[in-house]
Amino acid sequence: MAALGRPHPALVAGKYLALAAYVAFALFPLYWLVKIAVTPDRLIYSEGTRYWPSAATWDNFREVLGSDFLRFFGNSVIVSLSTAAITAVIAAGGGYAFSRFDFRGKRLVSALLLLTQMFPLLIIIAPIYRIVASLGLLNTLPSLIVTYTAFNIPFALFLMQSFFDGIPKDLEEAAMIDGCTRMQALRKVILPLTLPGLGATLGFVFTAAWSEILFALMLIRKEESMTFPVGLLNFVSKFSVDWGQMMAAGVLALVPSCLFFAFIQRYLVQGLTSGAVKG
Amino acid sequence: MAGIELSGIAKSYGGVEVLRDVDLAVGEGEFVVLVGPSGCGKSTLLRMIAGLEPITAGELRIGGRRMNEVPPRGRDIAMVFQSYALYPHMTVARNMGFPMEIAHRPKAERAGPVARAAEVLGLGKLLDRYPRALSGGQRQRVAMGRAIVRQPQAFLFDEPLSNLDAALRVEMRLEIARLHHRIGATTVYVTHDQVEAMTLADRIVVMNAGRIQQVGTPMDLYERPANRFVAGFIGSPTMNIVEGTPVPDGLRLADGTVWPAPLGARALGIRPEHLHVAPDGDGAGLRAEVQLIERLGSDTNLFCEAPGVGPLLARVHGDVNLALGSSVVLTPDLARLHPFDAEGRRVPVGR
Ligand SMILES: Nc1ncnc2c1ncn2[C@@H]1O[C@H](COP(=O)(O)OP(=O)(O)O)[C@@H](O)[C@H]1O
Ligand SMILES: [Mg+2]
Repeated sequence: MAALGRPHPALVAGKYLALAAYVAFALFPLYWLVKIAVTPDRLIYSEGTRYWPSAATWDNFREVLGSDFLRFFGNSVIVSLSTAAITAVIAAGGGYAFSRFDFRGKRLVSALLLLTQMFPLLIIIAPIYRIVASLGLLNTLPSLIVTYTAFNIPFALFLMQSFFDGIPKDLEEAAMIDGCTRMQALRKVILPLTLPGLGATLGFVFTAAWSEILFALMLIRKEESMTFPVGLLNFVSKFSVDWGQMMAAGVLALVPSCLFFAFIQRYLVQGLTSGAVKG
Repeated sequence: MAGIELSGIAKSYGGVEVLRDVDLAVGEGEFVVLVGPSGCGKSTLLRMIAGLEPITAGELRIGGRRMNEVPPRGRDIAMVFQSYALYPHMTVARNMGFPMEIAHRPKAERAGPVARAAEVLGLGKLLDRYPRALSGGQRQRVAMGRAIVRQPQAFLFDEPLSNLDAALRVEMRLEIARLHHRIGATTVYVTHDQVEAMTLADRIVVMNAGRIQQVGTPMDLYERPANRFVAGFIGSPTMNIVEGTPVPDGLRLADGTVWPAPLGARALGIRPEHLHVAPDGDGAGLRAEVQLIERLGSDTNLFCEAPGVGPLLARVHGDVNLALGSSVVLTPDLARLHPFDAEGRRVPVGR
């Protein structure tokens, strides 16, 4: 019976050690980012490989917050949030239709969606540029929102479809027998159960849009509509590289992502559908 | 409460016909069980009554009103799914009160019926739990609670007990019978288990391959199965069927024994409990060898092999003093022989 009891302490310790090693490995670059961000300029080269500088400072953050960065930041927030919201709505609608209905051309649409994911982005940059230019959207944030939305929909839609597929059809049918219209069944029964899926989709699209640089670089040339990654690139080119400020900006760039995930993480909790059917 | 009438109902998926010529009238307060092998179209028929599946042809009436085009919410029926289909994000109480919530009944008005249903089903202490924290049997009860709280025109059940273990299934079967006795609501109940059908039904509808084979009370089906399919499906253990050649006074079996049969009969059915077993002697009768003995306590099943005739199962009361391999004589209870013609239909016995 001993085999059924607690595992050997050495095994437990080994497991946690392995986990700790992995976490340390994964977080080290982040730690380094923060460390350089708080290192004063004069110490950056002399104490380059120390684990913590002999003096720490907020100067880099102060400089960054006083610069154009705030605007880049705002632009990125607008673009990423809009993209995430629009994509999630369209993907949820499409995913539901794909999951629940049989309609003519379903396989074709599905194949086309998949096809769009197979082209290297570099090939379509020029045509996209032409399209955006002829729409008169160059140097505007909507140009990015539209492009990002278009590129994220296929994956997001398949993601949402798989979440809907995981919700038994019986639940909607029960709701419709209990007096709901299809829309009511969707709102009262299906939507609450899809929140984890919606959260995952929002998070995925938000991060994708937040860190995108290729289109942002091509479609936006004016400072006032630049997004954050492009602004960060400017640090490298404009003057000599200001590592401290660049890292401080990088740390700040992590904040919205962290906030966003903190906000949606409670919807990411799995097991919400357990207990719906059978045991 | 209302009756349900199906006339000429048919269903096709694309070009594939899964149901045809279904005519059935379920009376007010009647408990009708649809039974048949898996894939014969029972669920499809039930879902058409519920409005979850469009009706290809024919007419459905509930309470005298044509329902073909009415969406599920307009039919005033409740359904218990095989999977229970409880809403996982709602408590037991809210699950049971959901139909009233959708009907915009105020919260205070909802509590009473929910509490009463919970009382009847022994769910009183579980009202604040979520479905994931319930056992299979409790989920089953909640699903039934959600159905009875509404006081609908009719109840539909789709294999409600098939996810439960054997002991619980018997318990819930009794519960459903008790509930029906108490509420007396019109019920259509789907199962593939003939024991459930026999014990619960006022009338049984036996289906096979998308068609109704026979409709009747449990004892009708047991005593006068309309064809070989019904004969084999209803009753446990399954009825023995032996083929023979017609002779003037009946049917001659392969070993030369003659069993009485009306004109036109090509096969005879005899239930295991109507086959008498005697130790081999000099008398006439069908000789067989005992190949397997199942002792159930109250009864004993004797699996016999009659040379040329085939395997025959006899069920006798209590225990028997017989050894494997011993030779016995099998005699049918003549009044309980079921004659079938070449197409497998019952041949009427002129009595
Ligand atoms: N959506 C569907 N499309 C095509 N065929 C179906 C569909 N649903 C059920 N069928 C077919 O209809 C027949 C009856 O199914 P069903 O009513 O579920 O049987 P039962 O409940 O008696 O086991 C089966 O042969 C099944 O394959
Ligand atoms: Mg079925």
